Amino acid sequence: MTTLEHLPFHAAVVRSGKAPKATGGLLAAAVVILAALPYVAFTGATSAMVTFFVLLIMASMWNLLAGFGGMVSVGQQAYVGVGAYTVLAFANLGMHPFLALPLAALTCAVFAIPTSWLAFRLRGDYFAVGTWVIAEVYRLVIIRFDSLGGANGKSLPGLSGMDPVLRGALTYWAALAIAALTVTGCYLLMRGRTGLALTAVRDDETAARANGVGVTWSKRLVYLVSAAGCGAAGGILIIDSLSVQPNAIFSVQWSAYMIFIVILGGIGYLEGPLLGAIVFFVLQQLLAGYGSWYLIILGLIGVAGAVWLPHGLWGTITRTTGLQLFPVGYLLRTEPVTGKTAGKTTSPKRRIGSST
Amino acid sequence: MDFVNTLVQGVMLGGLYALFAAGLSLMFGVMRMVNLAHGDLAVAAAYLVVVLLGSSFLPLWLVILIALPLFALIGYATQRGLFSRSLKAGPLSTLLVTFGLSIIVQNGLLQAFSADTRTIDFGALNTGAFRLGPISVSYLGLLTLALAVAVIAGVQLFPSRTRTGRMMRAVSDDADTASLVGANSRHLYAIATAIAFGTVALAGIMSGARSSFDPSMGPAQLIFAFEAVVIGGLGSLGGTLAGGAVLGLTQAFAAQIDPSSTLLAGHLVFLAVLAFRPQGLIPQRAV
Repeated sequence: MTTLEHLPFHAAVVRSGKAPKATGGLLAAAVVILAALPYVAFTGATSAMVTFFVLLIMASMWNLLAGFGGMVSVGQQAYVGVGAYTVLAFANLGMHPFLALPLAALTCAVFAIPTSWLAFRLRGDYFAVGTWVIAEVYRLVIIRFDSLGGANGKSLPGLSGMDPVLRGALTYWAALAIAALTVTGCYLLMRGRTGLALTAVRDDETAARANGVGVTWSKRLVYLVSAAGCGAAGGILIIDSLSVQPNAIFSVQWSAYMIFIVILGGIGYLEGPLLGAIVFFVLQQLLAGYGSWYLIILGLIGVAGAVWLPHGLWGTITRTTGLQLFPVGYLLRTEPVTGKTAGKTTSPKRRIGSST
Repeated sequence: MDFVNTLVQGVMLGGLYALFAAGLSLMFGVMRMVNLAHGDLAVAAAYLVVVLLGSSFLPLWLVILIALPLFALIGYATQRGLFSRSLKAGPLSTLLVTFGLSIIVQNGLLQAFSADTRTIDFGALNTGAFRLGPISVSYLGLLTLALAVAVIAGVQLFPSRTRTGRMMRAVSDDADTASLVGANSRHLYAIATAIAFGTVALAGIMSGARSSFDPSMGPAQLIFAFEAVVIGGLGSLGGTLAGGAVLGLTQAFAAQIDPSSTLLAGHLVFLAVLAFRPQGLIPQRAV
């Protein structure tokens, strides 16, 4: 701290600036405008937006897991499925499906605890395939319950009497609320101690452990949060389609979508999934009629992106312009001392060393 | 005698899984990468054989002799053109590239051949069996097991007995230092990938003759191969053979008790090994 005072310029470590606050306000305004959509748009438009929010939630959760936690999973569809089936199970017991949504997230977080004991024994690539096997196990176990529809799936009770327009609007708001909560939650999580610990773990696990970072605890926390988010997304999916089919809800395709969105948008940037989900959503609308060509093109873009655009679209943008919507890192800002600005510019949010 | 019969069927099924796993194990051993398109490549090889058999008058043995080197060549080219770039960008990139490749191959096959199931016609070999007392042993299962043992022995001996193999081990340990003594890591990695692609093509062909297949079967094949590797112990090829046998036996006995629990039983054994013996049945010896 003191050494900085002797420099011929003011140096301060800052995190937030004017621009992020403006964009933050903009995003908040976007959420408010989006919330009003069911009053002005047709059900078709809101239904398409539900798909978008589900993709955004899943991608944000995968980004948290892989981009910040360093855990590349190909098995998050386990929690999409468990979330959907939790809503179904509570609806079977007579609970209103919308009220079961938080329970779906909670159930997934609970299931994720024993799962993480097993999955965390594997590292890197083996973790990826291991989580995939675990997702298969969840599917194979759930289809053994006849009360949940077995291998054929089941329709969701409890919503048939509801007015379709109202149901559409409620689904839309629930999806929007969970998406907003997910993005904000990721931001707050990554801003805090956990974020710092995770970034350290991702960059060098051994060094982080040596410096006293609670590596396993941080990773497990992120794994649980990610499971809960995917569970809520699965709950939205079953409410939106009013039925569940085990092979579809536990499909590895969900992981493919998550990975594609995050890679395209920019892995390790909170803005990445948002941008990636928008691009993916547009591609999906454009290519939906082409059957399996659509997935082939997605695969090609994914491969090309992973090799030639490792930082994704947002990473490229932020590296060239310095723009950040959700600043979670710290920047060193230096300005030469001049009589006029000396007093004004030294009001940084944080200085080096001031936090300890 | 039911018991002995199931035992024999299980071991032969395990041979198939071990054959699938050999390439996966080799690529992980040399390049520390898991090829998520492994299973889809096997299915693609099976389709190639079906197409070649259907559109020409070539005999089966010649078709297989064309298909295997062709897949090895594809493997060499894929490593040089694609995997080498992603390996440079980091492990995450490699995983994503192979996952993307898996989606491309799977949906490409779906587009070209529809979702109908196919089988490779091996003539009398498809169903032929000889009786050993009360036990029926299929020629195909026995051939697969023999091929698995031969492939695994080959992949095991190759790194220690040949010059290329020794260079490959050196590159795997430290590519920069190995390059000082003239090892071309790009070429050697590509050789390893070529061997892996060739063996997985063989596995796909044997599997396609044993039972019917469709484009969506790749991920399942990958998972079985992966389970065989982990149950046997990472990096140990002898373990892979044992892991395949354990998986095959589990599935065969589970099918005997309750056919719907076949897959689940295999996965549960895998998870149990992960939980109680994470180093696998036959862990890698310290070098």
